[in-house]
Amino acid sequence: MTEAVSTDPQTVDADTQNEEGVRRRDFINVAAVSFAGVGGAAVLYPLITQMAPSADVLALASIEVDVSALEPGQAIKTIFRKQPLFIRNLTPKEIEEANAVDVASLREPQTLAERTAPGHENILITMGVCTHLGCVPLGAAQGEVKGEFDGYFCPCHGSHYDTAGRIRKGPAPTNLEVPAVEFLSDTVIKVG
Amino acid sequence: MIRNLGILVGLFFTGVLLYSFLMGAYTYLTEEHVETAEHMFHEHPKSLSQSSDGVFGKFDTAQLQRGYGVYKEVCSACHSLEHVAFRDLQAIGYNEAEVKAIAASFQVPAIDPETGEASTRDGLAADKFPAVYPNDVAARAANNNAVPPDLSLMTKARHNGPAYVYSLLTGYQNPPKKLAEEFPDSMPGTGLHYNPYFANLNLAMAPPITAEGQVSYADGTKASVDQMSKDVSAFLTWTAEPKMEKRKQTGLAVLAFLLIFTILAYLSYRNIWADKKH
Amino acid sequence: MSFPWASQYNPTNPAMKWIDERLPLPRLVYNAIGAGYPVPRNLNYFWNFGVLAGFALVVQIISGIILAMHYAPEATVAFNSTEHIMRDVNWGWMLRYMHANGASFFFIVIYIHIFRGLYFSSYKAPREMIWLLGMVIYLLAMATAFMGYVLPWGQMSFWGAKVITGLFSAIPLIGPTLQEWLLGGFAPDNAALNRFFSLHYLLPFVIAGVVILHVWALHIPGSSNPTGVEVKQESDTVPFHPYYTAKDGFGLGVYLVIFAAVMFFAPNFLGHADNYIAANPLSTPAHIVPEWYFWPFYAILRAFTFDFLFIPAKLLGVLAMFASILLLFFLPWLDRSPVRSGRYRPLFRPFFWVFVVVVLILGYCGGAPAEEPYVMISQLASAYYFAHFLIILPIISSIERPDPLPASITEAVLGKDGEEAPAAIDTIATTGGAATQPAE
Repeated sequence: MTEAVSTDPQTVDADTQNEEGVRRRDFINVAAVSFAGVGGAAVLYPLITQMAPSADVLALASIEVDVSALEPGQAIKTIFRKQPLFIRNLTPKEIEEANAVDVASLREPQTLAERTAPGHENILITMGVCTHLGCVPLGAAQGEVKGEFDGYFCPCHGSHYDTAGRIRKGPAPTNLEVPAVEFLSDTVIKVG
Repeated sequence: MIRNLGILVGLFFTGVLLYSFLMGAYTYLTEEHVETAEHMFHEHPKSLSQSSDGVFGKFDTAQLQRGYGVYKEVCSACHSLEHVAFRDLQAIGYNEAEVKAIAASFQVPAIDPETGEASTRDGLAADKFPAVYPNDVAARAANNNAVPPDLSLMTKARHNGPAYVYSLLTGYQNPPKKLAEEFPDSMPGTGLHYNPYFANLNLAMAPPITAEGQVSYADGTKASVDQMSKDVSAFLTWTAEPKMEKRKQTGLAVLAFLLIFTILAYLSYRNIWADKKH
Repeated sequence: MSFPWASQYNPTNPAMKWIDERLPLPRLVYNAIGAGYPVPRNLNYFWNFGVLAGFALVVQIISGIILAMHYAPEATVAFNSTEHIMRDVNWGWMLRYMHANGASFFFIVIYIHIFRGLYFSSYKAPREMIWLLGMVIYLLAMATAFMGYVLPWGQMSFWGAKVITGLFSAIPLIGPTLQEWLLGGFAPDNAALNRFFSLHYLLPFVIAGVVILHVWALHIPGSSNPTGVEVKQESDTVPFHPYYTAKDGFGLGVYLVIFAAVMFFAPNFLGHADNYIAANPLSTPAHIVPEWYFWPFYAILRAFTFDFLFIPAKLLGVLAMFASILLLFFLPWLDRSPVRSGRYRPLFRPFFWVFVVVVLILGYCGGAPAEEPYVMISQLASAYYFAHFLIILPIISSIERPDPLPASITEAVLGKDGEEAPAAIDTIATTGGAATQPAE
């Protein structure tokens, strides 16, 4: 401290020296307060990110499913990221129905091929979450109502999905979501 | 009034304490001092230096992998690692495929999808290391009435844990003659083994690491008993606190920041007080 | 309250003026910790610890609220959820170590704050209420810390809960029933864990409320100071801001450096290894002790080893332990010396330093195993503890002849002439004046 301000008083005009001293003092105060501010802001980072999904939750962000036992016409419900996942082995008739639709007339225009993996057009994998407000649509389990378009039907607010899981009637804004899918073999699928 | 009452209370407690002291001192001086076997023979852990020691300490992943090998081939027969998930092993240098393979080599509890009965399946990366015994009773029954403790936190659950684990593993020996002479009751009974680094001197665990080359090391390190003990101790240091490296790195950055802040705050303080005597 | 020369809040910014007219919150802050609060100019670094204690409380509340987002107060999963925080939650390890070590640091700060109060007699009139509220905060903090220590549900948590609630079983007639009521069972289990969690979450906010009263009470007479002479004139004081905000900022930096060093590089140094073993009702750890901040009282508890007349030793120990804390509430009326500061009390000082050493010895013995010679040492030290407050202080306060006091704070700082040296007023030449400043 003593060193810092001891400019030679004989060569510097008293007024300038005074002003300089004041400026330097302000600078140090401003620097200290700014540093405290930066530190406070940095602390916010862990305080905020602690609420993001933890490592054990993220570890379940991708799963593998074996579909070897899934016959055409059957569907299974499994759990993916703590939500239902529908896996459906479409019959040739269902595929035909899906392909017969005029894509341009759909609320969210998508072909069945765009919604399935190449070479595995019969395996339709969608989230079992209605895109309207998140209810679980019916139609995956045997005997459940499949709706007017032979796919899925959400009873909460009456959304009808077709055999490709596309929204055809009702309030839902988009088709049932298709997660990232990768065929590890002909029967083992990695989802997510 | 308060002071008079206070003096009375003070005299009471002081009096009782001095009375207790005199009684205690009398007993202490007149009664024969009884020495216990634990007092005489229990030893503090040998000193052990690890790469993770100190402010800049880092884990040696090659050593951790060797240590994992020792755990897998020796300890895991009886000891679980229930707080550690297979996915965590990526942090000690295994890649995703290796972790998957390691996980699949363990059977974890599951429910048979056909019958709904309890069964097992291959482990997944997201699973934790499975328990070795279904419950404490089974563990006791299989281990001469002693439950093998979970090892995930062992190095934090003992004073000077890493050195303790290392000393215990290398500390098995024949009971000293003096023990047999002075404390015949403290000699290891059936199924117990003498080890001066164990608080009770005798423990149910038989020496687990006994022969050189008991675990085969892929990296060519000589698998001496001492080396294997050090490696598994390092591995258990990691399992107890896998975030240790991140903690130390964060700590250094935080300390550097705070030191600069403190210096600035000091200069600012001196500045503001410069025109005030105090 | 304020001294007549306290500067008045006079907002120039129209927005602040608008707020101040409708809700005078800016004015409140200005008068509490701003330029509107005149503070003695001669405070030393011991006066930093009030602000530090407040800061430590805020750190505990914030980190605690976050930990509660991830912790599960259920006996079968509490230990695992704690490890989940340590391993899987983003930055969970840091937040937990911050909270666990933060508790210890809160007590370090509080003990230094109390030490300051004892040496400079900050408890004397007209500040008795500040002292009483401070003791309430201390009691609440001990209860909160104890219940928080139970939550990880390790071995020390479980046995701590059992032993501490066991203290109440020493009370004649109702004791055993009381212990069962506290635990909601015959031994610590889910019921106890859940209520401890609930109260552990609640009490810090109660503490925060009492802290507000503590600070409010402080602003009636204003801060005490190392001379113990009351403020008499404007030159005795400086405005809190910027003078003490700057000094507290520096103090906070030093505190944080030490806190961070422990938290990041020795996070388990102040803890006990056994608490990394999950609670086991069938096996007590070989050496159980409470957390270090309870050690002096634990030593007093264990010092009573013999029944006295018809009173069993167990009850004596519990009575003495509670008495050792409760007697502090009566301190303003036990010590009647008209002089506050220990600086001017030649007879008080040696006894006070013996007391400090005795408390440190008690702390050491409380952490040591319950065997000789620690028990005998605890007995002598505990005897002095009670004698100091209940016998020695009242007596010396009436026979002591204090040293002469300075006429005012200004005189104590600047000398008899009471004039600020010209060099000290001149803003640039201050650095040259440093050498002429009297040592503190």
